[in-house]
Amino acid sequence: MGRKLDPTRKDKRGPGRKARKQRGAEVELARFLPPEPETGKKKLSSHGRKRPLGGGGGGGGRESAGQTPRGRPGFSDSNSKWLAPAKAKKIPSQRNSVELSSDGEVEECSWEMEEEEDGSSDEMVDDYGASSSEEEELLPIEKAALKQKSDSEDDSEEEDEDEDEEVAEEAVGEASKQKMGQKEEDSTDLQLNLDIDEQFKLPTSDQIEREDILFISEPPDLHIIHQRIKGNMEVLQDFVVKREEGRTRQEYLAVLRRDMAAYYSYSDFLLMKLMDIFPLPELINFLEANEVPRPVTIRTNTLKTRRRDLAQALINRGVNLDPLGKWSKTGLVIYDSSVPIGATPEYLAGHYMLQGASSLLPVMALAPQENERILDMCCAPGGKTSYIAQLMKNTGMILANDSNAERLRSVVGNLHRLGVTNAVVSNCDGRQFPKVLGGFDRVLLDAPCSGTGVISKDPAVKTNKDEKDILRCAHLQKELLLSAIDSVNAASETGGYIVYCTCSIMVEENEWVVDYALKKRNVRLVATGLDFGKEGFTRFKDRRFHPSLKSTRRFYPHTHNMDGFFIAKLKKFSNAIPQAQKDEETAEEPTAPSTAPGTVMEPQPKKKKLEGPKVDKEQKPPQPALKKRHPLQAQRRPLKA
Amino acid sequence: MRPLTEVETRAVFEKLGRYIGENIQLLVDRPDGTYCFRLHRDRVYYLSEKLLKVATSIPRDNLVSLGTCFGKFTKTQKFRLSVTALDFLAPYAKYKVWVKPGSEQSFLYGNHVLKSGLGRITENTAQYQGVVVYSMADVPLGFGVAAKSTQECRKVDPMAIVVFHQADVGEYVRNEDTLT
Repeated sequence: MGRKLDPTRKDKRGPGRKARKQRGAEVELARFLPPEPETGKKKLSSHGRKRPLGGGGGGGGRESAGQTPRGRPGFSDSNSKWLAPAKAKKIPSQRNSVELSSDGEVEECSWEMEEEEDGSSDEMVDDYGASSSEEEELLPIEKAALKQKSDSEDDSEEEDEDEDEEVAEEAVGEASKQKMGQKEEDSTDLQLNLDIDEQFKLPTSDQIEREDILFISEPPDLHIIHQRIKGNMEVLQDFVVKREEGRTRQEYLAVLRRDMAAYYSYSDFLLMKLMDIFPLPELINFLEANEVPRPVTIRTNTLKTRRRDLAQALINRGVNLDPLGKWSKTGLVIYDSSVPIGATPEYLAGHYMLQGASSLLPVMALAPQENERILDMCCAPGGKTSYIAQLMKNTGMILANDSNAERLRSVVGNLHRLGVTNAVVSNCDGRQFPKVLGGFDRVLLDAPCSGTGVISKDPAVKTNKDEKDILRCAHLQKELLLSAIDSVNAASETGGYIVYCTCSIMVEENEWVVDYALKKRNVRLVATGLDFGKEGFTRFKDRRFHPSLKSTRRFYPHTHNMDGFFIAKLKKFSNAIPQAQKDEETAEEPTAPSTAPGTVMEPQPKKKKLEGPKVDKEQKPPQPALKKRHPLQAQRRPLKA
Repeated sequence: MRPLTEVETRAVFEKLGRYIGENIQLLVDRPDGTYCFRLHRDRVYYLSEKLLKVATSIPRDNLVSLGTCFGKFTKTQKFRLSVTALDFLAPYAKYKVWVKPGSEQSFLYGNHVLKSGLGRITENTAQYQGVVVYSMADVPLGFGVAAKSTQECRKVDPMAIVVFHQADVGEYVRNEDTLT
């Protein structure tokens, strides 16, 4: 029998760079490893192995001595003496690598793992097939089993465990050898269980303190922290099974929070808030998504051009783009561009506007009709205002307001550039409406917020927001929303809608504000018209919101690949302002005389019964906004005034 | 905000007339309603009457812009047309100049148009006539004043200026702050 001819294995032949075989990783490894004990002879090159050794059998004795694989299939023919399976050489080297790993060489370990899975290195070394083809046929589990039998210390899991082990060890910084020993004892029990499911060792509090001290002298190793986060998450996912005795879930969570704060550079406060909103695996996705910028998107200005003409013109300039999605008829996403997108002649001629994809959504929800009066309360830099104008085809009237005079310049610039003629720009505080002007058909309120949805644009938000900031924003948003509601004319034939949106994901700024407005004014939530996006929360921690909050929409960077956003659409059904018992809210609107209970009761029968208790709640003493909410069940019970 | 006085109206119309001739009537009497000019903080705004009603109710200090700004009056009461009026000048322009793609960028940076960059020019353009500048794709880029009449343009050497730059769309990016 000649050499084994495996037709499925194709070797490169002929001249050329790729036909030259690589020497294989074990040759590289030989540079670091001490010389193998069995092979008391020179390692032969591939050519040396091919050559019949010493004329056929004499030199064969050299190779055969230590090369008979322990328990490994060799050649059954007469060539077995000198045709040794090349893989046999790897076993001793692996054993060496395990010993090395205990000294903490993580890289060797992982590298070694790759090597054993990669059977192709054998092929390159030994051209005559040897037994490497047989090696490949073995499943990893079988290979592992064989290795374990041959060497008790040497199990493949060990190497996996070692990796994570070292991670934990180096974090602790001491007693690594003891732990190693302990782990080995554990692992021998798990010999054939290839579940890479090792015990995550939670560092104790003094170990954490030691880390903090170390932190001052040198920066933390992010790789270690990342590994620890992963391990911690795994334990928390399956806490009952994987927990360590005597350590509470709180301790695990505390360590996880610390690690995530260090790894992603968040303040502890913000991380706690995020952990309340997202379940753990989603939280990691969210944090990762915030590290990466969202794709650049533009909106075609249909007042001056069409999307396909614009796309054609930009492609001619060397821009790589695509339509944004089925949900938008004017959006385009830019992948890359050889010219600056903000300075092309088409941009200057006002054919498009640079705008985030999530900013298109509130205007789509608002759905302005032609010849309506629209108020945009916080319009800077003017992207949404111009979108409203283009949907209205420059008819009707838009009042674009912003309280910041500096940013209004960009509004004016953008409106002029895009050819918007039906807009009046004003610089008032949003809370002054409707005193300045009221009776609008629709109002868009893109409230100033903490910006937790756009962390990828402004990483400073990670650290500079705290409880006070969020509450201050929430307070302002509530005031603005009430003013917005008051500025709408509920009796308008085509309108009566308010869209409230923020680029934040905090419940305090979103659902809470909308819920507050539902209680204070005669509005109800309606469907936004956006069929994608996550529904808003109807309950959160200890708060309970109105069930119609389900119709609001939340968008996240990690699920929708657009900035974090919250959108709510409200419909005003009466111009009257419900009065509180203690007369704290005085009607600002002279539009309808607010004989409170009378007029408010009027539209009651038309609506669902859930609206009823809202009025009843008004007659209770008005609660300060920060107080805990009663569950909905309590509201349903008729109150005895 | 107040309506323009006689003198001011004459100044504005005269300036506009240099670019669009007698088509000014089309600007005022439009099929979709009457439009008017108003003065606010030395700037002239062009807006429809519907918008006027709303704009009057906003306090003067808080009003920033209404409709479209056409230009402003300088300290010595001369009227200066700004690029924001381009959308209204372009469709009614009587004398047009087309610029080659290579010198588009140069014009957008605020330079004058040279003979080498001149693509087309309307017949019988007089010297110092107000012209609207277009790119070869018929996209309005700005406006200016013809430095040479059409006849002279044919004879002059390639480095000579043929159109003096007055305003271009590049100002939206360059002079964003001064537009208000």
